[in-house]
Amino acid sequence: MSHSETLILDGAAIRRALTRISHEILEKNKGTKDLVLLGIPTGGDYLAAELAAIIAGIEGVEVPYGVLDITLYRDDLSHKTIRPLRKTDLPFSPDDRRVVMVDEVLFTGRTIRAAMDAIMDLGRPRSIQLAVLIDRGHRELPIRPDYVGRNVPTSREEEVHVDFDSNHKPIGVRLIKP
Amino acid sequence: MTFLHKHILGTRQLSAQDITMILDTAESFKEINTRDIKKVPTLRGKTVVNLFYEASTRTRTSFEIAEKRLSADAVNISASSSSVVKGETLEDTARNIEAMRPDIIVIRHSASGAADYLARRLDCSIINAGDGAHEHPSQALLDLFTMRQHRGRIRGLTVTIIGDITHSRVARSNLFALTTMGARVRLAGPGTMIPPGIEKLGCEVFTSMEEALAGADVVMMLRIQLERQGRSLLPSLREYARFYGLNRDKLQLAREDALVMHPGPMNRGVEICSDVADGGQNVILEQVENGVAVRMALLYLVSGPVADNP
Amino acid sequence: MKTVIRKGRVVDPSRGRDEILDILIVDGFIARQGGSIADDDAEVIDAEGLVVAPGLIDIHVHLRDPGQEYKEDIASGTRAAAAGGFTAVACMPNTAPVNDTLAVTEYIKNRSLRDGLVRVYPIGAITKGLKGETLVEMGELTAAGCVAFSDDGRWVADGDLMRRALEYVKPFGVPLVSHAEDTTLTAGGVMNEGFVATDLGLKGIPWVAEDAAVFRDVMLAALTGTRLHICHISTRGSVDIIRGAKMAGVLVTCEATPHHLTLSEEAVRGYDTNAKMSPPLRLQEDIEALWRGLADGTIDVIATDHAPHHRDEKNVEFNLALNGIVGLETALSLTLRLVEKKVLTLSEAVDKLSCGPARVLSLPGGSLRDGAAADIVIFDPEEKWTVDPRGFLSKGRNTPFAGWELPGVVHRTLVGGKTVFCRT
Repeated sequence: MSHSETLILDGAAIRRALTRISHEILEKNKGTKDLVLLGIPTGGDYLAAELAAIIAGIEGVEVPYGVLDITLYRDDLSHKTIRPLRKTDLPFSPDDRRVVMVDEVLFTGRTIRAAMDAIMDLGRPRSIQLAVLIDRGHRELPIRPDYVGRNVPTSREEEVHVDFDSNHKPIGVRLIKP
Repeated sequence: MTFLHKHILGTRQLSAQDITMILDTAESFKEINTRDIKKVPTLRGKTVVNLFYEASTRTRTSFEIAEKRLSADAVNISASSSSVVKGETLEDTARNIEAMRPDIIVIRHSASGAADYLARRLDCSIINAGDGAHEHPSQALLDLFTMRQHRGRIRGLTVTIIGDITHSRVARSNLFALTTMGARVRLAGPGTMIPPGIEKLGCEVFTSMEEALAGADVVMMLRIQLERQGRSLLPSLREYARFYGLNRDKLQLAREDALVMHPGPMNRGVEICSDVADGGQNVILEQVENGVAVRMALLYLVSGPVADNP
Repeated sequence: MKTVIRKGRVVDPSRGRDEILDILIVDGFIARQGGSIADDDAEVIDAEGLVVAPGLIDIHVHLRDPGQEYKEDIASGTRAAAAGGFTAVACMPNTAPVNDTLAVTEYIKNRSLRDGLVRVYPIGAITKGLKGETLVEMGELTAAGCVAFSDDGRWVADGDLMRRALEYVKPFGVPLVSHAEDTTLTAGGVMNEGFVATDLGLKGIPWVAEDAAVFRDVMLAALTGTRLHICHISTRGSVDIIRGAKMAGVLVTCEATPHHLTLSEEAVRGYDTNAKMSPPLRLQEDIEALWRGLADGTIDVIATDHAPHHRDEKNVEFNLALNGIVGLETALSLTLRLVEKKVLTLSEAVDKLSCGPARVLSLPGGSLRDGAAADIVIFDPEEKWTVDPRGFLSKGRNTPFAGWELPGVVHRTLVGGKTVFCRT
């Protein structure tokens, strides 16, 4: 049981990263018109709420955000332990919107592939973009994030955890070595 | 929380945690059923065989829709068109189907224990869509789902089930699932239709429908098999309707907001009067709607990895 | 031709003996027995540490021959009997054709003499074709060798017909054997009626189906004064009715099977078709009532109702499976299990499996007295073995006891002084 942990980002650093991402999203989309945020549980949905709040602080506009459960779109059903499903909750139609998917850690890219399929089944967005707090590498699909909080080189065996407090506020990112 | 059942043979084997997980999962699927594109790729490439040895429109259609919405390839085999009529044994039929490598077999059969029989002999997952007078788990689970949807909980509800309990797999599966979830179950029916020892399964037995209805949160009417009339179980449907049929007056004995349920198909004027069947308290069509989501949940959950646990 | 069985523990309830003795067999008969017999010409069978008992007799066996040889035949059935320690069996008439004519009785007798390893006593049908309509020529069949008459598997539902059968058979001195279950009360049932049937959604057979039929038959025996033997009783009520009748002097005897003495309706869970029998497995209270009936002598006989079936007849949905299990190769061990449980003494166990059956059907055997035919079983009452149906000599593999570890291993079975089974 000799594993070690490193704190990569603390709460303040996460906040700074999310603020930068918010600015980048606004800059790239030239404001908030047709912009929606879609968080991927678990974690991505909390971060989407954070980003929406920061953007509201910057622009004074409430950007709609929703939750997209992608479990049913995964390609590893018979390999992974079945988790309780989260309900997909979109307070808007993605048709003709600029959808920003929000995830905590980008790894193989398979979750994002599944998320894009899930969005396509819900409507026809004008564009889909991807924001992640951590990009840890090891992509297995041709997927590239549009917004990254921090690039963290890792080995495959390591794990990256984003921690939230009881109010779903991000408080730290840990790198765990086996 | 994990789901470790490879088969769904009955609610008897399910824990409260299992049932909760099935109902929670079904909630997610219910949302999919309201979309424009009512389909997810979850079971893409999986083959599901619906092996129906008894006529059933409702259950078979519900399973088939559930399978298609999960992108599984669904194949229907019904007794009338199958080799059953040629005298092939259940085992041989099942082995032949298995040789075509289905992932799940959904079976409806007139013999109690038929689903267990297949599960013991085949490698694929088995979902029991009704075996004889034994179990009909997906029906009970959709009933619980509907109750929870309206009442927010199962625990503490008083559920009265009325009809031919002896021959009803719906009654058994509901009884097992409801008692596991902490509901109070009352059964009522003619003396010829109450099986011996059933009270040991944790329910109260009444011969008076009126007493069984008093204060109930849910009233579940069972379909009476018309062919039982005139045999020793039942002198006439007329008399059955008088003593065990649900009408507006009797319903008033239950709670004011009691739900009226029926697994269908209904015999109007026998076990249920049209004023009740069409009345504001009935949730019969919601049961049907929820059936698809619950069956999607079952198909999804048995497709996950399973520890060596039946 | 001489044989000495040396230093065995001779358990012979017919003479109340239980002691270490040598037994000298000359030309197939027991010549004498004593503390130590020296005879240089004799073949020696060492039985030290083993029980030597009169050969077991099973008065309720289905040999399936003629007509259903794919399930069992006289050769395989008697081989299984010998392996189980039996030196004689009585076979039931529900063959194809039914044993209701001289030709079938003679076929069974002749075939047994040619192929049988143990003695075979045919039981004839009471009614033609077991249909419960017209009486069989019981006089002729008794003369041909039938030792009793039974419509086993079916009850003679017509009370007047059963009365006439009892009256008619009386002068021939053989008993009627009744499978007492009122079929109007069993209709459609596949297991005991009660909690387990309710739980499994299977149609039940109530105890009253047996009790009511036993009561009627016992009363008819009282009315007619004819000997009546009731098959495989399974309920508390049957034990009570027969106990009372015996006290009242009615000429009634009865048997119980090893499975009804061992298993309850719980064995049906999992829809195990090897737990499907007629009459059905009952409750623990019934098992205990049967135990008391054995101990107080109400139950005279342990008989197997050996009912071999083909795998395909059991490997089906529960309600389609045929009734019954094989029993010849597990009966002694299941009875010795009752000795372990202190239900019976060893001597009583031998009595129920050998002396009692001989008494009930007035058969030779059931005794090791000097001059008797040397029908003998030699077994170790304590050695354990694990039941593996693949090793059965019967063609039937249908047993609910597969995998059970049981006491009692047969070392040798002799019929008329000749070894017909020897443990390898």
